[in-house]
Order: sequence, then structure tokens, then C-alpha cells
Amino acid sequence: MAEITLPKISPTELRPLAAGAGAPLIEITDLSLYYGASKALKNISLSLGEKVVTAFIGPSGCGKSTLLRCLNRMNDLIDNVRIEGAVTIGGHDINGANVDVIELRKRVGMVFQKSNPFPKSIYENVAYGLRLHGVKDKSEMDGVVEQSLRGAALWDEVKDRLHSSALGLSGGQQQRLCIARAIAIRPEIILMDEPASALDPIATTRIEELILELKKEFTIVIVTHNMQQAARISDYTAFFYIGELIEFDTTTRIFTNPSKRQTEDYVTGRFG
Amino acid sequence: MGIRRGHRAHPGEWLAEKFIFLVSLTAILMVFLIFAFVTREALPLITGEVSSAAVQPVIPVADMDKIPAEKLRIYLELTPSQFATMDHDTKKLLMETKVEGAQDAPDNKDAKINTIEWRYLLFPYQWSGYDKPVYIWQPVSEIKKYNIIPIVIGSIKTTLIALFFAVPLALGAAIYVSQLASPKLKEYIKPAIEMLSGIPSVVAGFFALIFMATVLQKVFGYESRLNAFVAGIALGFAIIPVVFSIAEDALTSVPRNFTQAALALGASRWQAAWQVVLPAALPGVFAAIVLGFGRAIGETMIVLMASGNASIMSGNIFDSARTITATIAAELAEAVFGGDHYRILFLIGALLFLVTFLTNMAGELVMNRLKGKLEGKK
Amino acid sequence: MNSVNTIDFRTKKFRAGSFFFTGLTGLATILILAILATILTDVVYNGWGTLSWHFVSTIPKKDFFDSKTTGVLPMIIGTASRVFVMTLFVLPIGVITAIYLTEYAPNTSVITRIIRAAVNNLAGVPSIVFGLFGLGFFVNFVGKNLDVLFHHPTAVWGQPAIIWASLTLAVMTMPVVIVATEEALKAVPQGLREASLALGGTKLQTIIKIVLPQALPGILTGGILAVSRAAGEVAPILFTGVAYYMASLPQHLTDQFMDLGYHVFVLSTQSPNIQQTEPILYATVLVLLILTFALNLVAIFIRSNMRRKMRSLH
Repeated sequence: MAEITLPKISPTELRPLAAGAGAPLIEITDLSLYYGASKALKNISLSLGEKVVTAFIGPSGCGKSTLLRCLNRMNDLIDNVRIEGAVTIGGHDINGANVDVIELRKRVGMVFQKSNPFPKSIYENVAYGLRLHGVKDKSEMDGVVEQSLRGAALWDEVKDRLHSSALGLSGGQQQRLCIARAIAIRPEIILMDEPASALDPIATTRIEELILELKKEFTIVIVTHNMQQAARISDYTAFFYIGELIEFDTTTRIFTNPSKRQTEDYVTGRFG
Repeated sequence: MGIRRGHRAHPGEWLAEKFIFLVSLTAILMVFLIFAFVTREALPLITGEVSSAAVQPVIPVADMDKIPAEKLRIYLELTPSQFATMDHDTKKLLMETKVEGAQDAPDNKDAKINTIEWRYLLFPYQWSGYDKPVYIWQPVSEIKKYNIIPIVIGSIKTTLIALFFAVPLALGAAIYVSQLASPKLKEYIKPAIEMLSGIPSVVAGFFALIFMATVLQKVFGYESRLNAFVAGIALGFAIIPVVFSIAEDALTSVPRNFTQAALALGASRWQAAWQVVLPAALPGVFAAIVLGFGRAIGETMIVLMASGNASIMSGNIFDSARTITATIAAELAEAVFGGDHYRILFLIGALLFLVTFLTNMAGELVMNRLKGKLEGKK
Repeated sequence: MNSVNTIDFRTKKFRAGSFFFTGLTGLATILILAILATILTDVVYNGWGTLSWHFVSTIPKKDFFDSKTTGVLPMIIGTASRVFVMTLFVLPIGVITAIYLTEYAPNTSVITRIIRAAVNNLAGVPSIVFGLFGLGFFVNFVGKNLDVLFHHPTAVWGQPAIIWASLTLAVMTMPVVIVATEEALKAVPQGLREASLALGGTKLQTIIKIVLPQALPGILTGGILAVSRAAGEVAPILFTGVAYYMASLPQHLTDQFMDLGYHVFVLSTQSPNIQQTEPILYATVLVLLILTFALNLVAIFIRSNMRRKMRSLH
């Protein structure tokens, strides 16, 4: 048992961060979340940097997805959810009484576990967010749609069928379309909830490459089940267990030299 | 769902299974029987065995015993029980009066017309005394006029009014309840709206007749108190729950992750509902309207009580109207059993059955496709 | 590429479109509830005063428009008996059909799809067409042939009667029972069936001893909904058994009957003096509504209980 096989990772040092990256953008302070009477997140404090990829890992039910959804207030949609503590983005409390959730979500985009393109054309999927932003000019729209699809590394595959249904795409393509849709409105932060868990290895690789590319411009928080994935793409990693933040550090340290026993057990595959 | 393994080893089980299967065929049998027996009563009309001409060919008294009893009964315009209890001599007497009656037959050029031929049923005809061809439903008169167009128009008119009133309300409520209301609120509103479907149509008709007709007349100031408008609105009450529950079902069956995707892009709840969920559920909404139409055109008591029942050809919604259903309900009891009037009422009943059958099939088909599509792509 | 957006989310924006349309759909919902409330209030407000023990327990004289001497006992009994007889037919047939559809039928087979299509179609047939069917099939065909069979000199079976009205209503409410029972059967966890089979129970034993008892509340709901639906229906019984007036209570299945719903129709349309009739009309409607709504409420209650239970099981 003493033998710990380290996952093949590329150390953070090899992936230089963009200029100004790492400055705290999201501050989570003593955050607790209750479903009715049960406490799903327990006093979590965490500071997430700008233009870096932060991964949330942990066994099922550890609260990592729930925490992710706290960052764009998607938990509002669930009844009986109560939040204590604070989340600030760019220094502003996002749970404040007068916060405009809709504007918040334009700043904090999200990609879901299951790809969920609208039952509309590929073009319309990407254009939807732009329309919400009030973009009306056709040529501007065309430009941004193309940019976004290129940004999501999907352009070459779909440029000839922009106006056919998005539901005709493969699973991996659909997920990249969802990413294109999310980046079209250029959110500051992109939340990704296990974006590759339903995809085959090749599609997963493409999504991972894409995330590394997106990091240059966007701040990314990703929830993943897949530890290799976290090791491959993230700069920082937070490990959660039953609603508690066990450890948060650079990805390299979490995977090579964690300070907590539980973290070590999890990343070495002893449970989870 | 269910257990799929067979248990053929047990003869009792086998028998029970066969029995259960046979009983489950009842629904099919019933649909078939409804069609068969409603058209059966109308059939002699279609095959031309019945004539509604005011002047019938007279059967000589001498032939009385040669013709079949049923034919004789219809000829003498008697109900079966009257016919059964009447003795031979009285019948003979009746036959003689028939012969005498034929001599001073009405001096009307239309008297020999068999008014149940298709062209009289569907197209306008210039009856004597009229200065232009007209559509008339007038089964109780010297010359029985059975043009069904006025009552078809009456049905369509009240149905359209009902749809124009009920569909926006029901769809609005369906969007509100399924997309915008909090789950807690939904838990109260949904059963309340469904309670509306628990109101018997005779009560809705009563309410329209006693309460609403007066109120609406005061508001709109039209002439006849009971009319297509009043009936249409009351009919709307009856179809609101139908349209609501189907549309709500369709909207709810749109996967929640569409909504979530829209919200995550910064759409408001309303934008998500209107721009994403509604377009996805559109076939279901269409089905809801189609099934609402079927329900409205088949509804009887409300229109019977609130429409005023005058079979006039008019496009004015504030005019009295007579529908197919109300015509059947009001006239069948008075129609001579087995006579032309009786049969024509079954004919329009069969027509009604056909229309609702088709709308139901269409509605079901659309709804099933929609669900298949949405569930397959979840 | 342009830079990322850092929209300021600190103050709530007013969105006129969203506000307007959310309000509009909310208003539609409120309007529907208001319609329901108006009908109920009108009936209860105007009917309550006339409702009395005397009213529900009196057999009226021929002139039932007289508000002092009239009553609705025969109508209550007529409605109750036609609905009761209907239940005897529709419950077994509906439940067995539902059992076939959920427990036995192969989902994709043509016959299953035809049965489902037929059930859906039955649900959409206009009630007046059921009336015509009842007259054409039950009275004129089945009844007449029974008379021939038993050599009745006068029509005994071959005329409108409770039995024919009940059968007509049974056909009409079959889909209600089938759909509710199916829902109840589907709510029984598959694990229970498997457990019973694993213990060596046969399929039929499993259904009778395990599945049906579990599904009983749901089946009851279906029965109650069918009863409440049928109790208020008038069109299907117009030609199949209802009587304008009868001096005595019905004694036999082949008797005609008076009926609450039909009585509402008669009172509202045939009254010589509607002002004088109005109180008893409202009271009659109230009796009918109490009957149907009480049944509906019971059904809704059982159903929501069942759904809650089902949620906790899954």
C-alpha cells in the first residue's frame, strides 16, 4: 500500500500562466448550504484565481457540483435551499439582496454535465445568448458565432451545416457547441460541471485541449470525477469530502504531495 | 413495467392471462360498436331506403298484410309500442286515412321532394315561398328541411369562440404553472384548475343561462340574451382544463436542462420559457388545441342551454345559434322512431363521431411523437 | 477577440418584457381560478338557503317547480343508482384492461397500440354520441333482442332504463378507470414483483397478492373519478333512461329514473316561472356539485398521497 503510483501529470510550471493570472477573482467565505435541514456544504472558504483552471474533485455527493452552482446561483432554482456565508466575484457579493441574477449569469457562464443544446439550429444555439444581450446586427452576429465556434474548435466541422439541427451532432460535438454557446457572450468565468463525463476518450481529449486554450482568456472552474483529467488541465485543485473542503492547493501539490491523508487516499484511488 | 416471463406451465395462469387479454379488447370493441351502431341507425338514409317527401307514395289498403310490419309501422308513423298494442282494424283505419289524406295533399311544389338527398342536406335550395336559395334546418314543418349547414356553422361558431376565449387563458396558465410559478404554488394551483373539469357541463350550462347571460348582455348590450357568444364562453370553461392539462404536460416534458442552459446564459425565466421551452413543446401545444377543439365541438349540455338554439345562418357571434350536439339532444326524443328525422340525427351524430375521432387521433399522434422526440434526446 | 464582459450585477434591472409577460400568464391563471370561484360562490350563495333536509328527502309531486313542496330525493336516488350500476361494470373491465396493459402487454406490439388508441379515442367521443350509441346499441339492439329471447309481448328490456344508462356511462368512463389504474400499477416498485417471483410466486399470484393491494388507492381514485364524472353527465342518459317525471322511485333495473343533472336542465329550461324556480334550481345544482366535488376532492387527496409515497419509494 505504501507504493503510490503517481498519475502522469504535467506540472504547473510547464504550463505558464497568462499575464496577471492567479489574482483572486472569486472569494468564497465560510459558505454553508442547506437542503431543508441537511447541511450539504460545510463552512467552505476558498479563493479562486483569475485566468487559471481550478478543478473541484471528490467522491460523488461531496458537494463539488453544488458549490459550483453557488457561483452562478443556479441553486436558486431548487426549493428549500438556504445559503450562509458569502461568495464575491470581483469583490461584489453575488448573494446580496439587490443582485441581478440574470446579469450575474451573463458574467458567469456554465457548461453542464450532459450536453444540452437547444432543439434549434447550430447557429441559433450560439446566437441565442447574443440575442439575450441585445445583439441585433446580422453581420456582427455572424462574426461572433464563427469566432465562438472556432474558439470551441468546432467551426471546421459544422461550418457547412450551421442551419441544421444541433441535435444531429455527436455527443462530443454537442458539448463543444455548448461551450461555444457559453463563450459567445464572453463571460468572465466559465463553470464546467463534469463536461466530459458522458464522452468517449477522443472527444474528452478535444474538450481538455479546448479548456487549456480557453484558459488564456477565461477563468475556469471545473468539476470532475476524473482525477487524471484534473491533473492534466488544472492549475489548482480543491478536494471535497462530504460537504467539506479538505484541501486546496496547486494541482501539482495535491497530486504529488498532499498534506491530508484523505486527499492522498482519494487521489491514489483508495476510495471514491 | 410488468413482468415479462411467461408461466405457461400453469394451465390456470394461462387461462387467466387469456381472459385478461380478452377483457382488455373491450375498449377496441366499444369504439367499433359505437361506430357501427350509430351509423347503423343512419344507414337506411344513406342507402336511400327512407324518403322524407311530404307526399309519400300511398300504399293501397289491400296491400296491408303484404308489406313487412316494420315498414308498415314507419309508414303509419307509429312508435313501436303504439304499433304493438294497436289492433289490426285500427291500423287498417289509419291506412284508409292515409289514402284519403293523399287526395288533399298539400298544394306545394316541394311536397314530392325527398329532402334527405345529399344535395338538400348540403346545398342551398329555393323552397317555394322563398325568393332565393337558402340553407334551412327545419325538421318539423310541412316540408321537412334538413340542410345541415346552419347547424354545422352553429357548432363551428360556438367552438371557435370557445377556443379564442379558452386557449390564451389555458396556455398562459400552463406556461405560468409549469415554468414560472414556484413548485409550492404549483402544488395548489394545478389541482384547483383541474377542479374546473369536475364541474359537470350541465352546471356550466346552468351558470351560463342563469348568471352569465344576464351579465354579458349588460356588458355588451346585444339583443338576444342567449347566443353563440354566451355559449362559447361557457364552452370555454369546459375546455380550459383540457387545454391546460395537455399543454402543461407538454411543457413539463421538455427536459429541464434546456431551461437551465438558457438561464445559465443569462436568460430570464420568462425568456427561457418563451424562447426555449415553448418552441420545443409547440407540437404538444398544438395537440392541446386540437383536443380542446374536439371536446368543444362535442359538448352538448352547455350549448343546448346557453346558445338560444335558433338554427339561423349568421356570422354574428351575438346571434343565437344551434349546434349539431344540441340539435340531436333537443330533437331525438320527438323524432319518430325509425323515421327520416330520427335517422338524420344519427347521421349527424356519426359525422360528429368521425370529426372527434380524427381530431383525437391527430392530437394523440402529435403528442406521442413529441414525447418520443424529447425523451429520446434527453 | 474582444475582452470578457465584466457586467456589473450589483443592482437589479427592471425588465419590462419579462415583468409584463410573467404578469400576463399569472393573470390568465388568476382569471381561471376566478371563474371557478365565481361559479362555486354563485351556486353556494344562492343555493345554501334553500337546501334543507326536507329538500333532499322529499319525493316531489308532478309539479316539481313549486318551491314549497318540491324535493330531490328521486333524483339523488336515480343518479346514485345509475352510477352504482355503472361502477359494477366499469371497474372490473377497466382494472383488468389496465392490468393487461401494464403487466402483460408487450409494449411495442400492434395490438397494445390499438388498445391504447381505442382507450384514448373513447375518452374523446362526445357524450351525446354515447347517448346515440346507448340508444342504438343497448336499447334498440341488445334490449330488443332480449325481449325477443324472453318472448315479452311488450317492451321490457327494449326501452330506456337504468341498466342501459349505466352501461352507456360505463363505456364512457372506461378510459378514466384504465388510465388511473395504469398509473397506480406503474407506481408499484418493480422490486416487489421480483421479490414475489423470486419466492416462487406465479405471475398471477404476484399481481393479485402483491401488486393490486399496493395499487388499491390508485384504483379507488380511478373509480371515484369515473363516478364523479358520470354523476354529472346528462347527454349520455337523455335517450337511454332518464325520465322527466316519475311518481315513484325506480324498483328494477329496467325502470326509468329521474336524475339530478337532468333535473337541473329541466328546471332551468322548462320552468313556467324562472324567478320562482331559481331557489330550488340553485339548491339542486348545489346538491349535484357537492356530490361531484366531494368525490373529486377525495380522489385528489388519495392521488396526491399516493404520489408522495411513490416519490419516497424511488
